[in-house]
Amino acid sequence: MRATPLPLARNAPQLVTAAPLLAMTGVAKRYGDVAALTAVDVAVHEGEVLGIVGESGSGKSTLLRMMNLEEIPDAGRYTLDIAAHRGANLFGLDRYERRMLRVREIGIVYQNPHDGLRMRHSSSGNVAERLVITGERRFGELRRRAKDALIASDFPIKRMDRPPAELSGGMQQRVQLAKAIALEPTLLLLDEPTTGLDVSVQALVLDTLKRLQRERRITMVLVSHDLGVIRTMADRVMVMRRGAVVEEGLADQVFQDPQHPYTQQLVHAKL
Amino acid sequence: MSLAELTAPWQRFNYGFLDESAKREIRRKTLKAIAVPGYQVPYASREVPMARGWGTGGLQVTLTLLKPSSVVKVIDQGADDSVNAVSIRKFLRRVGGVAETLDTTAATLIQSRHRIPEEKLRADQVLVLQVPDPEPLRAVEPDISEARHMHADADYGLLWLKLYEQIVRSGRIMEGASYPSLVNGRHVISPSPIPRWDVPKLHQADNLTILSAGREKRIYAVPPHTDVAPLAFDDIAYRVEDHAGIACERSGVKGYFLNELPKGGGASVYEMSDTHFATKHIQKREGEAVSFGATYYRKGSLAR
Repeated sequence: MRATPLPLARNAPQLVTAAPLLAMTGVAKRYGDVAALTAVDVAVHEGEVLGIVGESGSGKSTLLRMMNLEEIPDAGRYTLDIAAHRGANLFGLDRYERRMLRVREIGIVYQNPHDGLRMRHSSSGNVAERLVITGERRFGELRRRAKDALIASDFPIKRMDRPPAELSGGMQQRVQLAKAIALEPTLLLLDEPTTGLDVSVQALVLDTLKRLQRERRITMVLVSHDLGVIRTMADRVMVMRRGAVVEEGLADQVFQDPQHPYTQQLVHAKL
Repeated sequence: MSLAELTAPWQRFNYGFLDESAKREIRRKTLKAIAVPGYQVPYASREVPMARGWGTGGLQVTLTLLKPSSVVKVIDQGADDSVNAVSIRKFLRRVGGVAETLDTTAATLIQSRHRIPEEKLRADQVLVLQVPDPEPLRAVEPDISEARHMHADADYGLLWLKLYEQIVRSGRIMEGASYPSLVNGRHVISPSPIPRWDVPKLHQADNLTILSAGREKRIYAVPPHTDVAPLAFDDIAYRVEDHAGIACERSGVKGYFLNELPKGGGASVYEMSDTHFATKHIQKREGEAVSFGATYYRKGSLAR
């Protein structure tokens, strides 16, 4: 896709000069006869929001699951620029290391709260469990940090001890978000975080995400089929189709001046 | 080579009831359990002439460890004289020719249901605890294969979550018996349904404790001088039952674990749970010569 790189300007932006926080190269995965991903490359820089758009079955969720090390591809490299594993291919880690890395460095919000939360346990407990796994053994501290995380994701604190099963969809997403950011992760993955919420609640959740991004400069990867959500959140966009990246660029550029026929179709199909 | 040469000669009875291959298997599994403190080792739980749930797991380990010079004590909820305890003791005498005792200090082998004696066990004594449910994660993770993964990963977040929610909801930890405890800093065990009072007795004990579940077919162990820590938050201390200040109705002695006996009109009286220990106090009061072992608790608090 990309032409030969131009020589760097003297004051080139960080995006061009710095090593990416997340780098995936040549990621491929087949399910039987179906090629879910074919040699996908991804780079995400620190503090950046990468949006991934594409139709159902384009491989965007598979890619996100791989970023969360829930799934291992047939081929490819995955590195995160973090002290403990700098330069190592994270796909080569064992089960235990993957789990600890996931807990410490990666937060994730799923489309379906059932995937990310214990629905029958209290909301604050859901957040506290994450902290316990990393060795926090003071009840007062657990409670305080769970509360802080819930406040940061605009959760009504009076209801912090109610189980997510009793809460609305928007509130459940906030609990997921609080759980994801409780340990200040290096990387926040959002898998269709607002799909299934009504438009006003969707706007509120996006507001929270935008505020967190602004205040904490969290690096995010956002997967959505909703171009409006991507346009609101993302700095850079990757358009996926049939397991491959068809177009990649700054959000405004891709939406204003789509190059690939599929992207053009996608942008124009928007109501 | 004929079949007769390959097999052991027929006998009407094998010492210790179980056949030698069964005992050998249990010994090997017990050794493995000792080598990996707190790890639940699966074993082929054999039939014994007792219904599952009445201490078959404990009985199989006891039968395996039996020798003619053994002195056995059998405890049922602290008492030596319940039908179950008496029957097991009688059975052990019949199949092993062992001596019976009620006195903790005189026993070499103690099989117990839900209590650890008040008198300190020595290095030459073995405690066998009967376990109804060996899996501490059962209440929080019903899927056994998932629970085994969690043990492998030392992922006990859910147990902590359970304690966290009990404090949030009730202001204190509500676990009564079988308090989840971390053995040797690695595996969390259910220490069988012993009261919270008894859990600290396992920590750095001089004796070997073997826990065996007959129905669930698991053996695990707390070897001598091993760390056992009940799961507790750093800022909320682990509490044992509030029994220190109450006197035993039979013996008048204070500072040990008690059974509450409800009386008419809402009142209740308390009796020492370790019945023979109370009996010794009564014998002493009546001028008989009795000897006491050292106790885990002194004046109602843990002596260390």
